[in-house]
Amino acid sequence: MLGRLGFDSLPFYSAIAFGGASITVLGGLAVFLLVTYFGKWRYFWDEWLTSLDHKRIGIMYIALALVMLVRGFVDALMMRSQQAIALNNDGYLAPEHFDQVFSSHGTIMIFFMAMPFLTGLINIVVPQQLGARDVAFPFMNSISLWLTAAGAALVMVSLVIGKFSTAGWTGYPPYSGAEYSPGVGVDYWIWALLVSGVGSTMTGINFVVTIIKCRAPKMRLMQMPLFTWTTLCTSLLMAFAFPALTVVAAMLGLDRILGFHFFTNDAGGNMMNYANLIWIWGHPEVYILILPAFGVFSEVTATFSQKRLFGYRSLVYATAVITILSFTVWLHHFFTMGSSPNVNAVFGIATMIIAVPTGVKIFDWVFTMYKGRIIFHPAMLFTIGFLITFVLGGVSGVLLAIPPADFLMHNSTFLVAHFHNVLIPGAVFGYFAGFQYWFPKATGFTLDRAWGVRSFWFWIIGFYLAFMPLYALGFMGMSRRMERYEMAEWQPFLILAAVGALSVLIGIFCQGMQLYVSIRDREKNKDITGDPYNARTLEWQTSSPPAEYNFAKVPDVQDIDAFWDMKQRGVAYAPAREYEDIHLPRNTGIGVFLGGLGFLVGFAVTWYIWWLVALGFLGVLACLITRSSQDHTYEIIPAAEIEAHEKARIKALEAHKPTPGDFWS
Amino acid sequence: MHPQSHSAKRLITGFILALALTLIPFAIVWTMAFPVELTFGIIALCALVQVGVHLHYFLGIDSRTPIENVLAICFAGVLIFLMVGGTLWIMFDLYERMM
Repeated sequence: MLGRLGFDSLPFYSAIAFGGASITVLGGLAVFLLVTYFGKWRYFWDEWLTSLDHKRIGIMYIALALVMLVRGFVDALMMRSQQAIALNNDGYLAPEHFDQVFSSHGTIMIFFMAMPFLTGLINIVVPQQLGARDVAFPFMNSISLWLTAAGAALVMVSLVIGKFSTAGWTGYPPYSGAEYSPGVGVDYWIWALLVSGVGSTMTGINFVVTIIKCRAPKMRLMQMPLFTWTTLCTSLLMAFAFPALTVVAAMLGLDRILGFHFFTNDAGGNMMNYANLIWIWGHPEVYILILPAFGVFSEVTATFSQKRLFGYRSLVYATAVITILSFTVWLHHFFTMGSSPNVNAVFGIATMIIAVPTGVKIFDWVFTMYKGRIIFHPAMLFTIGFLITFVLGGVSGVLLAIPPADFLMHNSTFLVAHFHNVLIPGAVFGYFAGFQYWFPKATGFTLDRAWGVRSFWFWIIGFYLAFMPLYALGFMGMSRRMERYEMAEWQPFLILAAVGALSVLIGIFCQGMQLYVSIRDREKNKDITGDPYNARTLEWQTSSPPAEYNFAKVPDVQDIDAFWDMKQRGVAYAPAREYEDIHLPRNTGIGVFLGGLGFLVGFAVTWYIWWLVALGFLGVLACLITRSSQDHTYEIIPAAEIEAHEKARIKALEAHKPTPGDFWS
Repeated sequence: MHPQSHSAKRLITGFILALALTLIPFAIVWTMAFPVELTFGIIALCALVQVGVHLHYFLGIDSRTPIENVLAICFAGVLIFLMVGGTLWIMFDLYERMM
């Protein structure tokens, strides 16, 4: 009846596992009780969970990302503390538990921190940058969100019921096959990826169509803001790369559950094809994570240098070149497989070539800052921190692109240092910069500056302390993923790295404080103009937070910096001659149900509860049929209501009289 | 999109063709009617034709398709060439080195 689920699946076997499970359960319970206590369930359901408004979906994505960031960071802290003490002893984590920790750290940070974070930023900002009222497929957007949340829930539930994978975040067979990993861990991992991966594919399709089809009528492609351009390229990568992940995860699942032989050692399987297939997705994925951050850096640099972006065209072309090249380098993740020199050379050279467009971008940002009046907003600090730190990571990447060097460094902590050195400044700092930058747009009040600056300094110092020692340790021969070691000379470096992790912990604490302080003082920090930084792109033309329909009239785009241009011409806040009714998608709970069913199916397959799997798929079918036969999926906001709203805004603006650049200078 | 692209006749024709192109590979593997290499070849051919059937009958791609859509298909073609071609190159290279 319950498959392989039994009482022994509960984490009573280890105090630490039990602690983790308790925190998860108590955290969930606390949220549940708080919402019940304040009687907010109806509000959450009507206004948030069922919402098809791209801005609310974006905020929910980012909330998910922040929760998962904390979870993934706790994993990192556990690994750093274990390695700091585990010289000639077992430390406090059992080997099998340590393996779960590094597997879940990677899985969570990539799939359930970075992906939701960038998707959230894209959701909030891109339709507004386009002068659009919503995304092309609002309902599909809601499904994407809830499938991503379902995948995250599968990883979280593995803390409480059963165990997580020990096969690392890439889950290489044959170790991840049924023979060597018979438990539920790898199945949790596969289904978390399958369920959330479908969501990401749909996000990709959604934003390609939104950007191509929903721009303000006069906006040409070469007038789109840079963040929109990077989103277009990221969305293309998502739409084309994520199916590879879905396929490879499904094939591994078939191997494990139905005894197929795609990747087994015998019977004609080939485990190296798994490495090949997962990195066909995996390398574009790196650029899926980094390109939106590049977009954020472009917007932030232009706004806070108070200048037009330097080399707009070169930035667009560099982004497009990176998009294509990202599909030509995947073999560098498994140089040591032993391909012939020609194969290795081709992929090694392609890898080095990617550094060229990336270098172009770095120079464009530096030249944008050159002779600008730079405002050191926390978003700008994260951008400058990125510029300096990312170059180091890029250089170590070019070094690793040389196959013979890679043979020496493969699977060492040098590699770990390299990819954290590109992903933390290149992706995470970008998301933080975007968070600091667009927070007032999403919520209507600005973030506290002092706590933002503090969080930046603790993050960047922590980053250097945590990862520079790992470069050295790699040269000293330390492999990644060691839960104990016998080399006394490694320990000082590992203690230093642990100190770095503690500094990052303080950085995350500062971010929490920043949120707390900003929400407490929200009346004082209200963003009345909707344009707190005297910015350049269209999303700052809307009110903060924007009306449900974003723009009462479609903006008249005549320049790359469309909003800046309108301010120059004095038409940025001009009222429309007459307002029209606006059609917007009506809220629906079916996205939530589909997410719930996705979770149910994943959970049921993991535990071999086959009747529940069948029931889950029937539920999905029922949801789709229900949705397809609904007639009234849109609602109309009458022109009178819009007119009243817009007039109130213009009145508030006149009372406030925005003076250009009065905010941080 | 022009009105005929979603006509019932077009969709049903497409469905029957897609079904046939799915059943043929299963049938020849099931019966083992041909040598292994030829079987692989037929499966690959069926897959390619299947792509064409989907594009034409379900997505309405034909000679009157606007240029943007043709460009999008070309872009997809380039990426598929990179992924499938690259995979074949890498895996056959490995196969030869393992001999």
